[in-house]
Amino acid sequence: MLTKFLGRRADLPLDRDSLGRYLPFLIAFMVYLAIMALMGLAVLNALTEKWDKGVAGTLSVQIAPTDTPSQDAVLLQAVLRAVRATDGVASAEPLSKGRIFALLEPWLGAVSGSEELPIPALIDVKLKPGVQIDVAALSKRVSAISPGISVDDHRVWLDQLVRLLRTIEGLAALVLALITVATVGTVVFTTRTSLAVHQGAIEVLHLIGAQDVYVAGQFAHRALVLGLKGGFLGLLLAAPTLWGIRALAEQMDSGLIPEFNMTMVHWSALVFLPIIVALIAMLTARVTVMRNLGRML
Amino acid sequence: MDEIESVIRFENVGLRYGLGPEVLRDISFELGTGSFHFLIGESGAGKSSLLKLMYLALKPSRGLISLFGRDIATTPRVDLPALRRRIGVVFQEFRLLEHLSTFDNVALPLRVAGIREADVQTHVAELLSWVGLKDHMKSRPPTLSGGQQQRVAIARAVIARPKILLADEPTGNVDDKMALRLMHLFDELNKLGTTVIIATHNEHLVKNLGHPCLVLEAGNLVTTESTSENNSTSAAETKSNHRSGTAA
Repeated sequence: MLTKFLGRRADLPLDRDSLGRYLPFLIAFMVYLAIMALMGLAVLNALTEKWDKGVAGTLSVQIAPTDTPSQDAVLLQAVLRAVRATDGVASAEPLSKGRIFALLEPWLGAVSGSEELPIPALIDVKLKPGVQIDVAALSKRVSAISPGISVDDHRVWLDQLVRLLRTIEGLAALVLALITVATVGTVVFTTRTSLAVHQGAIEVLHLIGAQDVYVAGQFAHRALVLGLKGGFLGLLLAAPTLWGIRALAEQMDSGLIPEFNMTMVHWSALVFLPIIVALIAMLTARVTVMRNLGRML
Repeated sequence: MDEIESVIRFENVGLRYGLGPEVLRDISFELGTGSFHFLIGESGAGKSSLLKLMYLALKPSRGLISLFGRDIATTPRVDLPALRRRIGVVFQEFRLLEHLSTFDNVALPLRVAGIREADVQTHVAELLSWVGLKDHMKSRPPTLSGGQQQRVAIARAVIARPKILLADEPTGNVDDKMALRLMHLFDELNKLGTTVIIATHNEHLVKNLGHPCLVLEAGNLVTTESTSENNSTSAAETKSNHRSGTAA
């Protein structure tokens, strides 16, 4: 049935004008960009989720170093006791110096003589699932032990990061909207040009009693076929790019980049995007032709 | 006249292109069902413009045009295609679709009207045989001679058995024998009740066939005249104001 629809007889020689040769490539380009934008959106969403999940239910307590290491150890134990005694805390473990240096290594490089470097002690606190604790109260309690102690629930950092990601997501959505507008504009332009090219034949159809929908249907059908061709060509071109990006991301092996697995929703979006673009092209062509023919007697 | 159903009625119709001078002035006439008229006049007299008004390619600048009893000015645009489907037109320059075969060109009015494809195949093949183009069904118009193209155009105009047939110089490119044959086709249609109007310069045809004439002179319908004593189109009563610049 689809083959019959795609290959149906046309009274207008629409497949012969050069516009038909370029439109699929333009649509392929649009679909390619749209897929990149969509996948970017999906990755950003996954990233936001990962970071949100990663820091939710955790706290960091930072103890500024003093002049004497023995004093640091006493402080650490006192703070550990205070934190562990807090309701809702599942565990509180100090990070070893080696682990702290490992965390700092991307910024400071391998530090020689690191034992003598005055770095703060860090306590990694995990909260019981679903429990919210009063961070301000905890902060006040540990500050009472020593003024150089702070509690960080990462919220400020995370909120800023999420804001940034949401802005980028908004931009990606804007890119998608612009791609849609550009696709519609391209189809309107090609359809109008095609109308001008085939004006004589259209007039004949009009004068022998063809309804506007009869003529518009031929343009719409052509736009749908070209849209599908272009759409799936764009998908075909996007596939190796996506695969390449994924391979690169895997090589980076960074904890910051989430492991991105394509879900059913993603696959559906990829498959349906060319169809949606083709339907947009079809509707645009139909509306354009109907409007133009509406000016005839 | 009252008992004859009017299919075409013009009342004080004027036509101008853009801001130019009027090319048709105060045209008033009425044609009944089954009439047969020639439309004659010098080149530039307005014959093609008058035909264009009749086949709804143009709107008049003023006046009233009524087809099949419907005032065109007040008929919704969506209803006009149905009216056009009842009018067969042989264009002066044929206006065949060059990318389509002879068969598909002739089949167009039927397909546009949504006729079953099986019926389209039968009717088109039959008519093409009748006009002597049986062997050219798959040929495209550019490969046909002028006369053959003209016959395709005529076949396209009559295939849907229109109620009105308008032809602009339909025998201009065919020999006398074929011209006569085509006129017989028009006559046959006329006998079946089709109102026929043929714009022509062919005086020989006009005299021989003896149908009444609408005569245009510089945009004015000056007279309707019968060219033969034995006018066979008695049903085709025509009234005209016979005066330019005067309402009927």
